[in-house]
Amino acid sequence: MDILSKDIQIKEENQMTTSVKIERQHAWENFKTGKWETQVDVRDFIVNNMTEYEGDESFLAPATEDTNKLWARISELSKEERERGGVWDVDFNVSTIVSHGAGYIDQSLEKIVGVQTDAPFKRSVQPFGGIKMVVDACKAYGYEVPQELIDTFTTIRKTHNQGVFDAYTPDMRLARKTGIITGLPDAYGRGRIIGDYRRVALYGVDFLIKQKQADKALTDNVPMSDDVIREREEHTEQIRALEELKQMAASYGYDISRPAQNAQEAVQWLYFAYLAAIKEQNGAAMSIGRISTFLDIYIERDLEEGLMTEQEAQEIIDHFVMKLRIVKFLRTPDYNELFSGDPTWVTESIGGMGLDGRSMVTKNSFRILHTLYTLGPSPEPNLTVLWSTQLPEAFKKYCAKVSIETSSIQYENDDIMRPKFGDDYGIACCVSAMRIGKQMQFFGARANLAKALLYAINGGVDEKMGIPVVKGLIEPITSEVLNYDDVMKNFDKVMDWLSELYINTLNVIHYMHDKYSYERIEFALHDREIVRTMACGIAGLSVVADSLSAIKHAKVYPIRNEQGIAVDFKIEGEFPQYGNNEDSVDDIAVNLVKTFMNKLRKHNSYRNSIITQSVLTITSNVVYGKKTGSTPDGRKAGEPFAPGANPMHGRDRKGALASLTSVAKLPYDDSLDGISNTFSIVGKALGKELDTQKSNLKSVLDSYMGQEAHHLNVNVFDRSTLQAAMEQPELYPQLTVRVSGYAVNFIKLTREQQLEVLSRTFHGEL
Amino acid sequence: MRSLEEQIEHDRQMKGRIHSFETFGSVDGPGIRFVLFMQGCALRCKFCHNPDTWDMNTGNVYTVDDVIKQIEPYLPYYKNSGGGVTFSGGEPSLQAPFLAALARELKRRHDVHIALDSSGFFEASHLISSGLADAIDLVLLDLKIIDEKKHIDLTSQSNERILRTAKFYNEIGKAIWIRHVVIPSVTTDHEDVVLLGKEIAAMPMVQRVELLPYHEMGKYKWKQLNLPYELDHVSPPSSQMMKEVKQTLEEYIKVPVIY
Repeated sequence: MDILSKDIQIKEENQMTTSVKIERQHAWENFKTGKWETQVDVRDFIVNNMTEYEGDESFLAPATEDTNKLWARISELSKEERERGGVWDVDFNVSTIVSHGAGYIDQSLEKIVGVQTDAPFKRSVQPFGGIKMVVDACKAYGYEVPQELIDTFTTIRKTHNQGVFDAYTPDMRLARKTGIITGLPDAYGRGRIIGDYRRVALYGVDFLIKQKQADKALTDNVPMSDDVIREREEHTEQIRALEELKQMAASYGYDISRPAQNAQEAVQWLYFAYLAAIKEQNGAAMSIGRISTFLDIYIERDLEEGLMTEQEAQEIIDHFVMKLRIVKFLRTPDYNELFSGDPTWVTESIGGMGLDGRSMVTKNSFRILHTLYTLGPSPEPNLTVLWSTQLPEAFKKYCAKVSIETSSIQYENDDIMRPKFGDDYGIACCVSAMRIGKQMQFFGARANLAKALLYAINGGVDEKMGIPVVKGLIEPITSEVLNYDDVMKNFDKVMDWLSELYINTLNVIHYMHDKYSYERIEFALHDREIVRTMACGIAGLSVVADSLSAIKHAKVYPIRNEQGIAVDFKIEGEFPQYGNNEDSVDDIAVNLVKTFMNKLRKHNSYRNSIITQSVLTITSNVVYGKKTGSTPDGRKAGEPFAPGANPMHGRDRKGALASLTSVAKLPYDDSLDGISNTFSIVGKALGKELDTQKSNLKSVLDSYMGQEAHHLNVNVFDRSTLQAAMEQPELYPQLTVRVSGYAVNFIKLTREQQLEVLSRTFHGEL
Repeated sequence: MRSLEEQIEHDRQMKGRIHSFETFGSVDGPGIRFVLFMQGCALRCKFCHNPDTWDMNTGNVYTVDDVIKQIEPYLPYYKNSGGGVTFSGGEPSLQAPFLAALARELKRRHDVHIALDSSGFFEASHLISSGLADAIDLVLLDLKIIDEKKHIDLTSQSNERILRTAKFYNEIGKAIWIRHVVIPSVTTDHEDVVLLGKEIAAMPMVQRVELLPYHEMGKYKWKQLNLPYELDHVSPPSSQMMKEVKQTLEEYIKVPVIY
């Protein structure tokens, strides 16, 4: 290597800004050695070089002036975007890694550069997933797609969407229409793939290209089976994408062929890799991985060598996170209904425990959470704390504080994921654990089990459309009162039918996605041999559990229309409801998860992927509810399901802990793709003062995770967010409103009364 | 005199009338607590937010064992947070023997911290003879208003007994948290707040004072029970008012006053 190029300006007055541009003798100077030096092994690098931090947040620095200016500019653009109806502008140059020139928010201020097109907020078209979607999305926002573009992706270049529909069977089309399976990634990027973007920072692109070339060469002299041919093509595409990545970075003035030499480069290289991924793909979830601890290693080195101050470190993280917050994709109205709020799920996984017993909490774990203050609260990036009861106390308290003050963190149980996924996994999208660079998911949205139960009762006829969907398998139940055994017999058969159709549908989707919209750069940042999982999902768990409980413990009278379809139900008597820690109904929920998982496992999945499932709906619980008729639990046609694994809104009688305990019973082993639970509470109900609130929230998390639960999304309300909760209570389940000595008894209230109670939660101020 | 085994057996089978449970009590004593709302109350406070607990005959009957079964699943939460169980209601002292048995069993089996959230409207001798005085670690005592006439108007009873009970707690060295509901124009006259401050300052066992802003979340319950609500003209206090009450009290009280 060459001599250090001395391009140093150091202000010697006080510890003020040092602007240093050092080319190290070697980029890995002062890093501890390990396997990682000779082969791609980011985990080994991390384990050998990270600095665990057990202290508190007092070291954190405030936002710099540049950060504030940049964020103000972004806020302006956001305002303009809202005024323009939700999309600021659309660019019709088809988006690839190299399709667009450099774009900036303010080149004089940005420490980390790079946007998806040539201007921030300008959304690109990514037709490889589907051209119709592009047209629909543009139309919805008042843009017209050039005919040439439409023609190209209709007659010249086939899209994933076209491929899928070419192969779909009539049953698959019908399933989509009725909503027994929905949200399928057959018209948009599947997402749920996390490239190991850290590799680019650590190794530089050339090293990675060499590795991929070596991987490809392994099959130079073997028989050309389908798998081998595919692998060779994939390797070539990956290498091509890596070259394009270099090209794209060069357009911003950076040579990323070599490893990053300092913290600023590490962040910039990593971000370039991620940027390439989002230029190429518009996956539903484009998560970023587990990067905060990795980046801390570079920052610590710079801090130690006096090349950087804490404020500069925070600034770089702030500028980086700003970029993650402005990731945007062009989506159809249908998509927005399914996943409301323009989400991108740029999920970052923070903390967790190492396999060697140290925690992986570093100062950068604090810095990235601190962006919720330097830049204000935001749902993106989707900051996810990998919680272990063994994490350092100060970090746990800090997380609780951040939750209380910003409501922007979610938590997942590292203690149950670590034994299965190790200590270098990240969360894809919302809840799903995945080993970084060594595993990918075939995202499968979810099956509507509540509707499946209605099919069981109605002999396979759809209750909303009146047409037969499950043919020749079961007879409708005609008894005056629903009999539990009869219903279960039919339900079992419907679930058999559904699981098979579901896997087959997903096989078609992912075959075509690989063929027509292969994620080149993301897979370039994976190992040669990876684990693939087929990530199925369940919607309507609590609806089904309560329905079956009603059928079993009370008397349920179907109210049938002239066609004989049960379109409503009358319930006589009481029945236990999921969310009150009562085994008699909670066991039904547990068995449902196990049963459906076992049925899914029976089938052959694309590329021999391991079939998993999640209990997760995100906001699609509302859409699913709309497509489903009245259910035997008392839920009326069109009403939303509870999200994920949450008990149905308003059915908890015993308070938040009973609700958490019910959810904690669901078996993670049979739901490895995740079990989602949302917890909403008014700040004052957590405790009277901030210290008590922090301590109580921390105890809730420790105890809940101690019960082997999987995930908790914590919403802590202030007055403005409470307004939103009142307008859409189905999005804020298990809202806990507590005042000293007050016996809430929410369940006895009408919705109007509940809203009234909610509205009065803030004394004297509403 | 019973043997220990007989005592335990007796305790476990005792029956109490319960209004409801709250598993996540974060504002009813230290830490996270299981709050047991007992059925029945002899007072008729105009601002009560649980009038559905007054009736002695409604609610559900549980044995001590039954209640403990309800509590056990959440013990990790209570232990991890330095919390425990709070007896509330209604007026828990009306079922003192049951609660004493429950407290003894909880301590014997799980070493749980017990708090008693009570109006204080009972005879100290009853608390002692029932065994409840021994079994509790902390009392949450509700002081509504010191002026006797105003107290009768607000709650239907004199506060003489309540103040005697407060004295009793101080004498036996029981830790106390005072609660006071701030009801604008009813309890917020400056002289009343001063009287309250002086009264509390004379109690050495008080660790903390919690000011509870009057709220209207219980109003619908009065409607449901067809009871006339006499505080319709009263609004919840503003944060300015809360601040003023706190500041006045702090002239006399040295322990934390919070809301």
